[in-house]
Amino acid sequence: MFVKQISVFLENKSGRLAEVTGILGRHDIDISALSIADTTDFGILRLIVNKPDLALQVLKENGFTVSATDVIAIAVEDKPGGLAKVLEILYKKDIGIEYMYAFVGKLSDQALVILKVEKADEAIEVLKENNVKILPAEEVYAL
Amino acid sequence: MRYWDEHIECMERSTLQEIQFKRLVETVKRVYTSVPYYRKKMQERGIIPEDIKSLDDLKKLPFTTKQDLRDNYPYGLFAVPLSEIVRIHASSGTTGKPTVVGYTKHDIGIWSEVMARTLVAAGADKHSFVQIAYGYGLFTGGLGVHYGAERIGASVIPISSGNTRRQIQLMVDFGTTVLACTPSYALYLAETMEEMEIDKSQLKLKSGVFGAEPWSENMRKEIESKLNIKAYDIYGLSEIIGPGVSFECEYQCGMHINEDHFLPEIINPETGEVLGEGEYGELVFTTITKEGLPLIRYRTRDITALHYDRCKCGRTLVRMEKVIGRTDDMIIIRGVNVFPSQIESVLLEMGEVEPHYQLIVDRINNLDVLEVLVEVSERMFSDEVKKLEQLEKKITKAIEETLGISVKVRLVEPKTIERSEGKAKRVIDKRKI
Repeated sequence: MFVKQISVFLENKSGRLAEVTGILGRHDIDISALSIADTTDFGILRLIVNKPDLALQVLKENGFTVSATDVIAIAVEDKPGGLAKVLEILYKKDIGIEYMYAFVGKLSDQALVILKVEKADEAIEVLKENNVKILPAEEVYAL
Repeated sequence: MRYWDEHIECMERSTLQEIQFKRLVETVKRVYTSVPYYRKKMQERGIIPEDIKSLDDLKKLPFTTKQDLRDNYPYGLFAVPLSEIVRIHASSGTTGKPTVVGYTKHDIGIWSEVMARTLVAAGADKHSFVQIAYGYGLFTGGLGVHYGAERIGASVIPISSGNTRRQIQLMVDFGTTVLACTPSYALYLAETMEEMEIDKSQLKLKSGVFGAEPWSENMRKEIESKLNIKAYDIYGLSEIIGPGVSFECEYQCGMHINEDHFLPEIINPETGEVLGEGEYGELVFTTITKEGLPLIRYRTRDITALHYDRCKCGRTLVRMEKVIGRTDDMIIIRGVNVFPSQIESVLLEMGEVEPHYQLIVDRINNLDVLEVLVEVSERMFSDEVKKLEQLEKKITKAIEETLGISVKVRLVEPKTIERSEGKAKRVIDKRKI
């Protein structure tokens, strides 16, 4: 049920992001979602790609500090309150969210969201129980 | 074989002192007669060679500094005709003119001898394969170790510095048993080995002699575990002879000074007053056998302490502690003395940080600011900002506790701090004072 996210350590200096995306492009790796968390000095680039293992390898080969993390991809109704409903489910079960970010939308009636939560297995249970659509990894990579 | 020259290395101190005194008197006479600069300096102080009546009278003699060598560039302090000089080296020299040193054939013999003692103490013998990855050329490192290794009959691999991947390949192919280079380069070799996917078990390395830059006890552990060797600290400076001035034995409890050739003192760098055993101060050497360039009370600017108690190895030669800093590359930040080695120790003690760091000193709004750049390794990386920020805080706190001043720690990408094949550049001082 987990999707493999690639995280990359980046110093805040110009050209680094272009370098990462350039390397991925040259290896024919498609990005379906990304987010950057930044501080004054550094940033963490988080990516969902179609070939996570290859991405991990080529970025390492190019000297980046990279790691792979399990995250959850969910689909919510693309209308007001759609996301709130899901967050409330997690909140009621006391499951904290480490971070989240949205997908580049490709499905017309659903918004896709990536979640990194504290208690991942428990979160999946709860979401299933409440009929939240969890996207399988294969489907996410193919987007 | 534990000693190269047991007779000298384990000699009773009283006998050693007799030899030292005799040689000191000869040296003082020689410089007084053949080096106008020394004669003038001694005359200014109202001293003649006959005033040296005991080893204790050493302190009557004037100091010599790097500046004196520069002022007499290139050959002004040589004590023999240039026809007697068979080798010239020059120190790495930071600013201004390089300091030039000359050796007679006899001097080269002494150098080979003290380096032979050094290598034997580090476990080398005639069956060893000694890979010399110190630079050859004007720098004394390469040829100094080379002559010592030849003296003990080892097989020498004179590869010099650089060509890191080739170094490693030859280490595997030739069955190198002893490595000689700077400690930072040893770590760089280990790092490159990992990249090449060569495991330490493929090497026959047993020990390494590392010097030419200060390094911490933790860095030793790092080198020892990554290369699966015993790492020995060696010390030397071109002005005194080159590598081989002092060396560690298997007990690694300070470096034995070859005091039958180089007479050490520890002084207060401010006042010049001679300090006692165990007290920290500037290390000063008087060469007592050298012909080409004898130096009287040469101020090394290295800060250390001397210990005269007998070592477990049986050697009676005095031990100097690891150099804890230099009187000149010491950074003073807001009045506090900071040595890069202190920060290195802190980083290595954290366990999760690579020993690749750089200190940037700047002055902003009349306030000194110390920034510590630390490379992020895979071990410490996290996809969560707060965990990296916690790590930054942890490093900051540990350094602040050690130094007693505030610092700014900045995590940087791996391999962004310049790797050096010689001395690592640890400090960038941008202050305009």
